[in-house]
Amino acid sequence: MLNVGSHCAIGGLNIDFLINIVLLGFLVCTALAIVFTKNLLASAMLTGIYSLLTAGFFVVMDAVDVAFTEASVGAGIATILMLSTLKLTGFDEDPARHNVKAGLLAVCGVGVLLLYGIVDMPVFGSPTAPVHMHVAPHYIYQSMAEIGMPNIVTSVLASYRGYDTFGETVVVFTAGIGVLALLGASNHVPQSRVAPMSQHIILRVVSKVLIPPIFLFALYVQFHGDYGPGGGFQAGVIFAAAIILYSMIFGLDTARSVISQPLIRLLSAFGVMLYGCVGIVSLLNGHNFLDYSALAHDPLHGQHYGILLVELGVGITVASVMILIFFNFASRVDMVQEEQ
Amino acid sequence: MLNHLPILQVILPLLAAPTCLLLKEARLAWAFTTACCMATLAISVMLLLQVIDSGVIVYSLGGWQAPIGIEYRIDSLNAFVMVLVSGLSSAVILAARESVAKEVGADKQVLFYIAYLLCFAGLLGICATGDAFNVFVFLEISSLSAYTLIALGSDRRALWAAYQYLIMGTIGATFILIGIGMIYMMTGTLNMHDLAERLPEAAHTKTVFTAFTFIIIGTCLKLALFPLHLWLPNAYAYSPSIVSAFMAATATKVAVYVLIRFVFSVFGVDFSIDHMPLQQILLVLSLIGIVWVSIVAIYQTNLKKLLAYSSVAQIGYIILGFSVGTVLGLQASLIHLFNHALMKGALFLAIAGVVYRIGGCEFSQLSGIGKKMPWTMAAVVVGGLSLIGVPLTTGFVSKWYLVSALIEAGWWPAVAVVMLGSLLAVIYVWKVVEVAYFGSPEDGYEGAYEVKEAPLSILIPTWMLAASNIYFGIDTRFTSTIGHLASQTLFGAGS
Repeated sequence: MLNVGSHCAIGGLNIDFLINIVLLGFLVCTALAIVFTKNLLASAMLTGIYSLLTAGFFVVMDAVDVAFTEASVGAGIATILMLSTLKLTGFDEDPARHNVKAGLLAVCGVGVLLLYGIVDMPVFGSPTAPVHMHVAPHYIYQSMAEIGMPNIVTSVLASYRGYDTFGETVVVFTAGIGVLALLGASNHVPQSRVAPMSQHIILRVVSKVLIPPIFLFALYVQFHGDYGPGGGFQAGVIFAAAIILYSMIFGLDTARSVISQPLIRLLSAFGVMLYGCVGIVSLLNGHNFLDYSALAHDPLHGQHYGILLVELGVGITVASVMILIFFNFASRVDMVQEEQ
Repeated sequence: MLNHLPILQVILPLLAAPTCLLLKEARLAWAFTTACCMATLAISVMLLLQVIDSGVIVYSLGGWQAPIGIEYRIDSLNAFVMVLVSGLSSAVILAARESVAKEVGADKQVLFYIAYLLCFAGLLGICATGDAFNVFVFLEISSLSAYTLIALGSDRRALWAAYQYLIMGTIGATFILIGIGMIYMMTGTLNMHDLAERLPEAAHTKTVFTAFTFIIIGTCLKLALFPLHLWLPNAYAYSPSIVSAFMAATATKVAVYVLIRFVFSVFGVDFSIDHMPLQQILLVLSLIGIVWVSIVAIYQTNLKKLLAYSSVAQIGYIILGFSVGTVLGLQASLIHLFNHALMKGALFLAIAGVVYRIGGCEFSQLSGIGKKMPWTMAAVVVGGLSLIGVPLTTGFVSKWYLVSALIEAGWWPAVAVVMLGSLLAVIYVWKVVEVAYFGSPEDGYEGAYEVKEAPLSILIPTWMLAASNIYFGIDTRFTSTIGHLASQTLFGAGS
């Protein structure tokens, strides 16, 4: 959301400008390819590429935290979940049962409206744009004194607008509950019949080497979010990615014996509770909800504790919900195969 | 603790939801959810009293003053809507235990209550907040949990209905987000109060026009205004009966609240009504909607679906009052918002009782049901009379205010359409009465003779709502005073 000092010189042909044009060109091509591809596997992979390109675009715009999230969620987990869904549905698109013309008309209408809205937007990267004149300067100049975090994005995300982030964590939790309610609740978990990929020696060795550093990296992203790009959302997804990789290579049953399902469910609730309880402690100390200054004698220390705990809550919920969703999707594959 | 009421109202159900996951038994989860809804109702009533007593309450989250941080801003409008939401949710959850036990699989009931709490908390969060982006976050919570609740219906078509709603709802939410992003771009703030001050400067730009269009279309999708209502009938018809009652009584009402909030408190009366053709567009759509959808309702053979179409028509009345663009018109809208929640709450709960006993609500199954379940069907009749707008019911009060507003504005053709809508309502309500009281049980299915009255746990909440339909039809002080106060504040703040 924050775009602090943009390098992009307006009008002049510098390298940033070129990169922007190329990235956006790729984005358009990928989007068109997704529309015209009949094979759903290819579409799913293309959406992953689309997300990766978007992430690159965000990096150029100096929004590294957003780029990080987009890369790990959009290009990573979302693609895996789509692929595991396709495993159930098959890779072929149902020949047009839907009304193409009406859809096209609606999409064109929205497109025209969006283009119309662009006309009066402030010039890209303009320092006098309203977004840079009102609230943002406060974040940029005051956050060090008020919160004491070098990463302004974390300050905004976890403290100034911490309540939004609490809401987003609940959204993730809600998604987990939804998947559990629709796919998971049954206690009967069949023996996994999807052959694990452990007979592929290269995959097995490479993943054995990769998984521990991925965990370590997740922890780094989790706890270094105050200083560099990162935070609970990204860390949670990376952590879950390591476990998903493990279960893909060594089989679901092995993964299930390592990670207890009821525990994962409890953890997904625990993260939300942790976040909420930080807010409740502020309340009990006589401050407003989520006012971290109430957590320690020195308000700055309080902010640090608060943000650390809150980010941990986010990380725990995100990681456990992602694992939960993947496991439920995967065991659905087994159940369907068992029925056949 | 009294000054923390605005936030307690929302985080109580929000934190109750993950706590509920620890409960293993459905009965416990139900008791816990009910207790939580009741406590929230108490809080929202206290808040409403506080607001009437001492004016707007502002609560800065995280201790950061808006617009740096997020604030909750409670005025008479959202305090009123929150009392409505928590009141109806409490009444519906009271009836839920046996109905859910019958309609939702045993291993999914705890998850059902969690989703119910999340949806409830999301709706309250949308109402309480004074921050435009925060609206979107809580909209996501309430929508995701609503899709889950609908998909839990025992009918297989529930999944398809939930999927349709998911697609339409997501488009709506995305439109709202695009709009919010654009007004943020033009003003640099997300706080509604701050936006209202800074938007007039940019009011002439094409970007703000686009933002306005996106937000209006997005909310109209959410509140199911004709012709964007196509997701609603299936969603109401195939979801568990308790969910139909809950959604009909609360979700669309909160979407209407969002529309009112953005039009009056964010964009302002001057911009929305004087500069934009909003009034004319909404007027035409609501009038066509009232007539067309009421006619469609007449042809339904499933009671739930009939009432779902009738809901879309009733939303037409709410939007009609809104489109008049006067204090009286808005007051009529708010009164009908409240009254329609009472009607549909009572009707859908009564249907929950019917479905509990006979397993469905196709007209072919309902033949002669009036003699077998007299109390339940009497509640349906009360609700139906209220829908038509018979004197001494809430529906009459709504129509009275609406017609006065239309006459005040000199919109005589619209008055005629409202009358026509009432006539159409007479037809579809009569269809139900005819089947229930004049059909003989032999025409129904085999077990029709053994059908008993609905269990008391469903019947009592149903009659609480049915009785309030009559009470608020006679004693109109509460609705008209609050409605007047809220609409006056909105017009006062806008000009």
